[in-house]
Amino acid sequence: MTDVLLNGRFMGTVTNPTQFIEKIIAERRKGTVSRNVSVHYDPRIDEVFVESMSGRLRRPLIVVKDGKPLLTDKHLEQVEAGKLSWNELVEQGIIEYLDAAEEENALVSFFKEEITPETTHLAIHPIDMFGIITALVPYSNFSTTQKVNTGSKNQKQALGFYAANFLIRMDMDVNLIHTPQRPIVKTIMHDFMDYDSHPSGQNLIVAVMSYKGYNMEDAIVINGGSIERGMGRSSYYRPLIAEELRYSGGLLDEICVPDKDVRGYKTEEDYRMLEEDGIIYPEAVVREGEVVIGKTSPPRFLSNLGEYQLASTTRRESSEYLKHGEKGKVDIIVLTENEEGNKLVEVKIRDERIPEIGDKFTSRHGQKGVVGLIVPADDMPFSASGVSPDLIFSPMGIPSRMTVSHLIELLGGKTGALAGRYVDGTVFDAEVQADLRKELSSLGFRENGTETLYDGITGRQFQVQIFIGNMYYLKLKHMVANKIHARARGPIQLLTRQPTEGRAKGGGLRLGEMEKDTFIAHGASMLLKERFDSDDTVVPVCEKCGMVAIFDSYKNKRYCPVCGDDGKIEFVEMSYAFKLLLDELKALCIYPKLVLGDKY
Amino acid sequence: MANILPKKIQESMDKQMDAAKLSDSKRKKVSERVFEKYFGMKVHPGECVGIISAESIGEPGTQMTLNTFHFAGVAEMNVTVGLPRLIEILDGRKEISTPTMEIYLIAPYNSGKDIKKIANEIKEVKMKELISEISINIANSSLDVVLDAETLAELEINAKYIVKVLEKRLHGSFKCDTDGEKVITIKLGDKAKDLKQLYRLKESLKAVYVRGVKGISQVLPIKKGEEFIIVTAGSNLKMVLKKEYVDQVRTTTNDIFQIEEVFGIEAARSAIINEAYKVIQEQGLNVDIRHLMLVADTMCVNGKVKGITRYGIIREKTSVLARASFETPLRHIFNAAKQGEEDVLNSVVENVMINQPVPIGTGLPGLITKVK
Repeated sequence: MTDVLLNGRFMGTVTNPTQFIEKIIAERRKGTVSRNVSVHYDPRIDEVFVESMSGRLRRPLIVVKDGKPLLTDKHLEQVEAGKLSWNELVEQGIIEYLDAAEEENALVSFFKEEITPETTHLAIHPIDMFGIITALVPYSNFSTTQKVNTGSKNQKQALGFYAANFLIRMDMDVNLIHTPQRPIVKTIMHDFMDYDSHPSGQNLIVAVMSYKGYNMEDAIVINGGSIERGMGRSSYYRPLIAEELRYSGGLLDEICVPDKDVRGYKTEEDYRMLEEDGIIYPEAVVREGEVVIGKTSPPRFLSNLGEYQLASTTRRESSEYLKHGEKGKVDIIVLTENEEGNKLVEVKIRDERIPEIGDKFTSRHGQKGVVGLIVPADDMPFSASGVSPDLIFSPMGIPSRMTVSHLIELLGGKTGALAGRYVDGTVFDAEVQADLRKELSSLGFRENGTETLYDGITGRQFQVQIFIGNMYYLKLKHMVANKIHARARGPIQLLTRQPTEGRAKGGGLRLGEMEKDTFIAHGASMLLKERFDSDDTVVPVCEKCGMVAIFDSYKNKRYCPVCGDDGKIEFVEMSYAFKLLLDELKALCIYPKLVLGDKY
Repeated sequence: MANILPKKIQESMDKQMDAAKLSDSKRKKVSERVFEKYFGMKVHPGECVGIISAESIGEPGTQMTLNTFHFAGVAEMNVTVGLPRLIEILDGRKEISTPTMEIYLIAPYNSGKDIKKIANEIKEVKMKELISEISINIANSSLDVVLDAETLAELEINAKYIVKVLEKRLHGSFKCDTDGEKVITIKLGDKAKDLKQLYRLKESLKAVYVRGVKGISQVLPIKKGEEFIIVTAGSNLKMVLKKEYVDQVRTTTNDIFQIEEVFGIEAARSAIINEAYKVIQEQGLNVDIRHLMLVADTMCVNGKVKGITRYGIIREKTSVLARASFETPLRHIFNAAKQGEEDVLNSVVENVMINQPVPIGTGLPGLITKVK
């Protein structure tokens, strides 16, 4: 007797589980049982599971009966003629959906030719084992799984055309590529998802060679001329938002040009872009530190308000301004109200991003790299016909990663570009490489895709043939302009007096535990001390009791809170963190007595 | 600097120069060059050898694969290697996860003849392994123990010997008898005719030690080069060395504490170096052995093997702040406060904490003249 469970709940028993399942499946194909029901038998625990709950991942397959798929050429003709729809195919029981568990009981063939008498289903196309984005990788059956995976991940980070109404949208952190192109080498997934209406890359001429070592370790060299012609150009949008908040006591923020008496007033120059309403005007060019929306807030604590002070002198400056490293033009300004009825101002800043050294580019095969050098067009290598590459890719990236699809796309792209057609690179069903080569040679090029190139600087012919062709390249959203960071002096934390952390806060770059060890290993003792001087303080210490004393700079007097005027007070240099440790020890009722002595 | 080279280097240099029949002036030149080279290699005063060792072992350590098991040939004999083993060695663990021995034999025994017999003699045999069945006879209040004939034959033990062993090692009043072949009958003495006693006897019977070296649970004779050696799971150096056929010079164990117990601290130091070096080499990494020697030296400097833990060598540090900066800072500070300890700020960590020059490298030299 085999237990039958419906959605995990025991329902009863059957004597012949296989027959039982067959019957349910037959009924489901007929439509008497819901098509959303999945059923499977687990022989290891001898139980039948019937599932009808939501949330199961299912995929469509063609039903195979007696070694023959139910979907025939006749059906296909009807589909093509528009007489038969997908839903009708499902209703007729030709196509059915299986969930992951029911697939365990099925034997699925990828191709019609592989069908054996045991086969129960036929995959519609091998591409259906990939997700939408992974299926966009052309010739991916020629690359390793990991690289197809990273290729798919990279495409998700590519700049593209994310929404047609981007002009009136207020999204955080948006990148738009300026002149996207349709890929020459595409897969059928490109057609299915209407990729042509929102492409995200550009077809570049790629040469596989080294360029003076500037493209080693996955770097790429880019043609400066191509950049001037608009390659890889994009826009970066960022909204700045200010709201007139209400506080207790009827106080509220005010969006205006701040009065000069306001606490935290920047410089007059920083406010010069603001109009009378305290908001910047469209198409204004702004740089870092400049105010975009002027705003003042009431004082944090009302008690701060002195009796005869003017209200304006106690208000705080709380304008929205461009942070360190930001620049751009004001794109649009939205004036509105939020849910609570507060005045809300949103200003969208647009910044044109021209590719620079350090920007990240990738092909669709997980071959990502950063720009190592931008070469003036006249120094780029060129072919006899005058073609010079947009991008130089290092051949060292190929052997260890085994991304053969990258090379085939290069060849396919070249053929497509020269023949003026698109090349189909669908997984397991792509145009054959040999045919591409034949076509290439019929177009008057070397069939292996190589060409004789000349050095752009000396004009000499290279001794080797260079593999050169067309490839679809994507600009990734990681751009140096958003990441570059350096600091000499800057903000510190209140508690430890050490520099703040992170780019947004203008923080320092931490010299950590292990880095410290390297200084010690070099014996660079004085350098180490200097590096750790970021929280250096001079503390008065009472020699009698060994505790931190007080120096009154008004009266120019030193005294010890324990020993009074008796103790001899000396100034000692130490890190503020250590002074903090001493304080914490005192809080633990431990008496950390400093015994002073001469250093030398 | 005294112009003296270590004896070994001097001797080998002299020998080679003699062989080359050099003239006196050339000899002088050669010695000068060797001297220059030799002292150029010496560690400078203030060189931070400890940190350099730590980095030299630590960096390749990050490349080690975690939890790799190494099978020493046949029959499920696995040994901990890789990072877990290295941690085990450096922590100075008393109980290591897979103790093993390599037992070398002296001349007539190492030819492979009777090797299995010798191996079986070393292996610890417990009653449990010899028994195929125990039945309780309530009527007679006795145990009928059926022995496993195959195992007996393999280990060359007979029932009579077992009876003798049982009489010697099993506590309680009982009478032991055998039919001479397979069955041993244990009859309780008249005083304690109790079913409970019978059960207790049955359990303790299984744990009775019959023969062999205690602690050695598996033996595996393997051929190493020309001779046969015995690899074991479990280790008992002291007892194994007492066997007359064991080569006392080459026989070894991976249990550092057993080596310390039998041969002393210097042997333990070499054992630490050898074991740690073996681990690193097995992983295909390249660490200079002198770094490991320094680590082994620090672990053994007090005459006892101490691990690099807060209970081991860290506890020996004189500086309160240095101890507190390693692990469990509060406990160290509280204990120091109770004892009124003083920190003279002589080493590296404390000086980093208070932001003073560390007494290493350029921070080491001071002024002889007093500044006043």
